[in-house]
Parts: sequence; C-alpha cells; structure tokens
Amino acid sequence: MVLVAAPATAMIVRTTMTANSATFDVEVVRQDFPILHQRLSGDMPLVYLDTAATAQKPRAVMAKVMECYEQYNSNVHRGIHQLGDRMTVELEAAREKVQRFIGAGELEEIVFTSGTTMSLNMVAHGWGRKFLRPGDEILLNTMEHHANLVPWQLAAAATGATLKYIPLTADGRLDLSSLDQLLTSKTKLVAVTAMSNVLGTINPINELARRAHDVGALICVDAAQSVPHMPTNVRSPQVDFLAFSGHKLYGPTGIGVLYARRQLLEAMDPFLAGGHMIREVFLDSSTWADPPAKFEAGTCPFIEAVGLGAAIDYVNSIGLLQIGQYEHQLSVKAHEKLAAVPGVTIYGPSVDHKGAILSFTVDGVHPHDLSDVLDRRGVAVRAGHHCTMPLHELLNLTATTRASLAFYNTLDEVDALVEGVHAARKVFRLK
Amino acid sequence: MTDSLEDPYDDHILDHFESPYHKGHLANPTCSHSDRNPICGDQVTVELLVDDQDRVKEAYFDGKGCAISQAAASILCEQIEGKTLDELKDFQAQQMLDLLKVRLTASRQKCGLLSFKVLKTMLYGMDEQREPASSG
Ligand SMILES: Cc1ncc(COP(=O)(O)O)c(C=O)c1O
Repeated sequence: MVLVAAPATAMIVRTTMTANSATFDVEVVRQDFPILHQRLSGDMPLVYLDTAATAQKPRAVMAKVMECYEQYNSNVHRGIHQLGDRMTVELEAAREKVQRFIGAGELEEIVFTSGTTMSLNMVAHGWGRKFLRPGDEILLNTMEHHANLVPWQLAAAATGATLKYIPLTADGRLDLSSLDQLLTSKTKLVAVTAMSNVLGTINPINELARRAHDVGALICVDAAQSVPHMPTNVRSPQVDFLAFSGHKLYGPTGIGVLYARRQLLEAMDPFLAGGHMIREVFLDSSTWADPPAKFEAGTCPFIEAVGLGAAIDYVNSIGLLQIGQYEHQLSVKAHEKLAAVPGVTIYGPSVDHKGAILSFTVDGVHPHDLSDVLDRRGVAVRAGHHCTMPLHELLNLTATTRASLAFYNTLDEVDALVEGVHAARKVFRLK
Repeated sequence: MTDSLEDPYDDHILDHFESPYHKGHLANPTCSHSDRNPICGDQVTVELLVDDQDRVKEAYFDGKGCAISQAAASILCEQIEGKTLDELKDFQAQQMLDLLKVRLTASRQKCGLLSFKVLKTMLYGMDEQREPASSG
C-alpha cells in the first residue's frame, strides 16, 4: 500500500477560514518563544520542525508557571489558607478555560489527566472494561497512535469484545465506503484520531459521530494533534470522549485533558483510586466523589494545569483560525518544495485534507540518517514509526521522517528543511 | 556547508554501508541471533561459524536500517573473524564505537551498537545453553 497523495481534488476545506482583522506576523510571534532564538553546535540556528512530538512554550506559559511557584504554590482543595485558596481558584479557572476552548457544556466534564495517553486509558478502563461484553465491537483504524489502539486491545482482551478496523484509502484517509457493514448494532465504540500524527489526515469526526450514534455506539476522539491547530467543539458534532495533551498545545508536560459527557463520567468506574476521588471511605468499601474529582485521584499536576490555562489564553490571543490559516500556507509551500526533491515520497492525503505534518521518505537515505544530517544543520525533525507501527506496516516501511509545522515556523525554515534533504542526498552520493 | 557537519558519514562508514563485508547468510551457522531497535525499527542478524577451538571462522550479518547500524554490522563481522569466543566476551562497547571511527551522538550510539548487542546476547545465550546450537 502506498498512501501517497492523489492529485489534489481541489476540495479546499479551509475556504471558510478567513483571517480576522489583526494581521499575523510570524517574527513578532517568534519573540514569544525564547527557545527558538538559540544557536546549536556549529553555530546553526535552531529550526524546530517537531511540534507534533511536543510544542515549544511561549513566555506567557513559563511566566505563569513561575508565578505559581513563586507566589501561591500550595496543594489544591485541601488546607483552608490563603495560598491553598488562591491555587485552587487558579486551577478551577484553568478548567474553565479548557471548557470554553473545547466548547464543553459543563465544567464538571473536564477531567485533568497527565496527558492523552492517560485520558484514553481512563476511557478504556473506566468505561470499556465496565461496559463492554463478549461479542461487542470496537471500531478502530490503522492510522491510530498506539495510545488509541493498545488500550483498546487490552480492553477487548479483558472483556471478550472484538476489534474491527476501518480500511484506509490509497491516499491515507478513512475509507468510509464500507462503514455500513462495519458499523452495526454490535459496535459499541468508534475510537478515532481527529488528526493523524503521521499522515496529517483530518478525519471526518462529524460524520463518524453521527453514524456511530445512529447505531447506538459512542465515539472517542484522540484530539492530541487537532486541538493545537484547529478549533474544537465537543458539542458540534457531539462527541462522547475527547482526549488531548497540554504539551502539544504549547503548555507544560504532565498535564492533559479528558472530556466526557457528564452521564458517561457518572457511569464510568474510576481509574486511579486514592485521595480526593472519594466521597466516603469505610474499612471495606468506598463511594466516589462527583466528576471530575472522581477521576483526579491524588495530587493532580495543578501548576501544570494552570500553565495549560495560560497556553490556551495565548493561543486564543492569536486565534486558532489565524494559526490554522498560516500553518496551512507553510504546509502548502513545504509540500510543494519537498515533493520536488528527487526520490522524495510524502505520505498521506493531498495538502488540503491534512494538517501541517509531512511524513516522508527519500530513496537511498534511511530516515535515521536523514534526520541526523538535518540535525547537524540545526533542523530538528523526528524519524521512526512515530508510535504507529501498524500504519508503517501498512505502508511497508520501518520508519519515516516527519517534519511538523507550527505557527512559529517560517518559510525560511521550510527552505532549510528542503536544503537539508538535498544535502543528505549528496552525502549519500545520490545523483 | 562544511563536510564536518555530516561527519559520521565519512568514506569509512559509507563504504561499509554500500559494499558491506559478509552481508548475507552462512549455510551452516553455529549460532545466529537477531534483534531490532524498537525506537527506529533497525534490524540486524549476526551469524557465526565457530570451529572446535571456539574460534570464529566466519561471521555474516543481514539486516535493514540506517547507514550507521548497517555499516557497524559490516565492521563488526570484519573484526571478529579469527577471534575466540573468550576474546569476544571481553570485547567492550567502547571498543566497538572506536572501530566506527566517527563521533556518534547518544541517540545514534544505539544504531552503532545494535550489532554489538546482538553479538553479546548471542554469546550469553551460548553460555547458558552450553551447547553450540542456534539461539533465538
Ligand atoms: C495522535 C496522538 N495521540 C496520542 C498521543 C500521545 O500523547 P501523550 O504522549 O502526550 O500522552 C500523541 C502524541 O505523541 C499523538 O500524536
């Protein structure tokens, strides 16, 4: 299977995006990211093209985290003192920012976790193991990150449920032509990524949510890659579960979010047990606190959560439409220029159906060697299977090189990538 | 752009990568072992023909992966022929890295040491089995 872009079918998904009045100036934005201004060994400027792995942090996020540590660090929901009070207020304000950012109906539907992986495991455990029965089906697909695949394998093994897979089209999109056969009354859950971390494919969550709900199934969306780059609204289309990570949204590591509809959070079992998640504890049993506390056992990463709130404020100050539009421009250029290099294959759909992610191979240069040569020129990309071994198996590759773009990248940086690929071909004595 | 920027890819490495020493398989290996680097998927198999004095008569490798991992496997095979198994047990990771003659970053050392690791695992396996049959 090749999964290479078919000639663009000219369906430009972003025509509805118009820049708002404020003009976007990448050089101004870059001033907010101190890390981008360093020189690496050999006096090479850093060209950071690995945002899909983790995003760089604006000063505002680091300042907010520092403010917490310097002024009111104190455990939340605990002591009745001024610091604890302030910290708790800040934490709950961050929760509200998340709620508004993803359009959740209720504050209690926002659970702070350690990241996407933890959020998805919570669903697979707390919902999957409790409600799945032998013969039930979970509908997955081959482009999923291991984080939205392996937890379902474990849940299926524990409950006797079966995994089914939506096939992919030759250009790396979900092939929905067989969805009627795959999605039946046996289907209890569709687990799907909103944006592939390798192919960049933007999946039709709208349609999948509707069709899942038509057969009485739920939909669990891995939004780790989509949330930082395009607007998210969990109520339109209504999704049942949605997971993302703070560190990919220009926020701190160690913090993530699980959104789930309130009835689901109430019905699910807790994942971790301990302090804060209980209502009453007896010697032989306990009852659970209301969500979200039910899912936030122990001391949550409250300062990281506040940092995530600051990251959301920062992203909002630029505007996600603005961000998406600029990143798309960069992506179009990067696709054009990279595709013109001899021997380069870019995987996934045409540029108008994907986020600003380019996973590619260069004939005659192993992805590892390529990223090494790029690194020596200051260009940071990722090489490997990007936690998608089944997808790479389908592509018949052991590894690809991935460049992922963000609004703090420039056209010059795209050129640096392309020049680096040329240089690598030269190193490997390719004509 | 100076050449030093691409320094691991000198002629020594590239020559071994492009024209590897003993890439392929032995008809009757005394022992063979494979492993892959789970991060990047590089894969190497090492096969040895060992004589009754416990000396490596022939070493072959096969594999798929980056230039560093494959060149290192080729260099390893070239170097270990003629050595006894006891000598190979004393063979250290740093010596393997020295044989490559290029400076590798920490992450690339995993590539450079993959075939070394395969060899070492194979030697331990032989010790444990106490019989020179093929291991994993
Ligand atoms: C699509 C997707 N899902 C899940 C994850 C896992 O996120 P985390 O490692 O933050 O839990 C990632 C990040 O690597 C991702 O890209």
